[in-house]
Amino acid sequence: MASHRDLPAGLTNRLFDNTGSSSFTEFVGSYAPALLPHRDEVLATPIGDQVPHATTIVAATFAGGVVMAGDRRATSGNVISQRDVEKVFRADDYSCMGIAGTASTGIEMARLYRVELEHYEKMEGRTLSVAGKANRLATMIRGNLGMAMQGLVVVPLFAAYDPDRDAGRIFSYDVAGGPYERDRFDAIGSGSIFARGSLKKLYRDGASADDMAMTLIQALYDAADDDSATGGPDVTRKIWPIVSVIDADGFRRLSDQQVSGYVEQMLEARLISPVGPIAPLR
Amino acid sequence: MSMPFGYASPEQIMRDKADYARKGIARGRSVVVLQYADGILFVAPNPSRALHKISEIYDRIGFAAVGRYNEFEELRLGGIRYADINGYTYDRSDVTGRGLANLYASNLGRIFTESIKSLEVEVVVAEVGDTPDGDAIYRLTFDGSVFDEHGFAAMGGQAEAVATRLKERYREAMSLAEALEVALAALTEPGGERPPVSQLEVAVLDRNREHRKFLRLTGPRLERLISATPAASAPEAPEAPTAPEAGSGEKPPPTGPDGDFDDGSSPL
Repeated sequence: MASHRDLPAGLTNRLFDNTGSSSFTEFVGSYAPALLPHRDEVLATPIGDQVPHATTIVAATFAGGVVMAGDRRATSGNVISQRDVEKVFRADDYSCMGIAGTASTGIEMARLYRVELEHYEKMEGRTLSVAGKANRLATMIRGNLGMAMQGLVVVPLFAAYDPDRDAGRIFSYDVAGGPYERDRFDAIGSGSIFARGSLKKLYRDGASADDMAMTLIQALYDAADDDSATGGPDVTRKIWPIVSVIDADGFRRLSDQQVSGYVEQMLEARLISPVGPIAPLR
Repeated sequence: MSMPFGYASPEQIMRDKADYARKGIARGRSVVVLQYADGILFVAPNPSRALHKISEIYDRIGFAAVGRYNEFEELRLGGIRYADINGYTYDRSDVTGRGLANLYASNLGRIFTESIKSLEVEVVVAEVGDTPDGDAIYRLTFDGSVFDEHGFAAMGGQAEAVATRLKERYREAMSLAEALEVALAALTEPGGERPPVSQLEVAVLDRNREHRKFLRLTGPRLERLISATPAASAPEAPEAPTAPEAGSGEKPPPTGPDGDFDDGSSPL
């Protein structure tokens, strides 16, 4: 059995070496390290302002699941670099992540994270626990700390359906890692302050997935209203926010048609009351 | 010129290795892989809940194996690493069943020629396409030979007898329930008893699924599928008398993969 491993260096195939770990990132680190982002690079000048930045992501739980939504704008300084960027990614069948900060770093991280979760699932024949998934993402964020200090900051928001609790769970992070589990709802990115304020007034316990999707679209609109880096729904180009729902049936991204239905409903109401729904005072 | 003590000709060594491997593979139960209308079906009688014979490799690629568990498990893990690293380097659509079959073939072939003991495994790599024309089933034997199977493949145990029964019953574009019925009939000896649902490992590569096509069928879902077959018990009786005649004589059951294997007799 051992002889095929004792071949000259060029002929060995380390794909079949048992590394004892089910982590894809660890395997790539030893097999083809050049594929991983170089976390320890030192940039001559910080380039944070010159690369596109992704902005606002919101997430909220509902009865039996969680909804995540993101606007579609990416900015480089004062320039809108992309109007239809996608910032909410399916991680596996029961979880998703949204990214804020440097778009390229975030997209790469989401791609690696998806493979990481799937790799474990296939190697071990079971899915990671929700806490396990959240912790793994924290390690990846911490690995990016060196680049974050040079301006390439990326901060994700992680949401998953937990079958043990039959409920949605939300985790947030900072540049050095995390995770911080959030109760009910959370927002990240430049418009997050405004979105969180909006969610505080609009969130209802035990709402349906349908109502919660509407709530998040309202919150994103409020964020776009006050934050120049967050994009509102683009009615003329028909670019709508991305809304993803995760419940016991798994992950599903709402179609453009469904989202445009929510948006039109909201815009119609805002023609009468531009600041959106008014929360009762008492 | 005297022979050194303990000399064995290369032909003899290869023959011994092949015999050894074939005996090991024939000891286990058979596994059946076949095409149906919406994709590819894997069926394996397997009493263990923990040690799988069928597994997902990538979005469109499934894996089934017979023989020694620790040996094919190593192949399976290596295949997952291969698929994930290629999908991450390029794009998810750039991982193909053909590439994986070639990797396995070279690895199996190298171990067969260079190690004292060859691997006692036989493997199927199946890939589901967007249409039935895009489906592929590759069967790999312990010596690294690759067979591009059309429609169905059987391996392990009494592989040849199972393949014969499978060939008799297989039709193109069957429904999932029909295909499962065909697989179970092929896995059951004439007049024998079918394995209970709790001892079946069943999975599909369903081309209509999003993202990942691989899905294990277990529990109530599998029971419903099996009982949904109109011919679940009916064809058993009429077929039993015809089957012994197909057996033709008292020839001992074949014990290994059919097709050519390298017995050292070829000069190439």
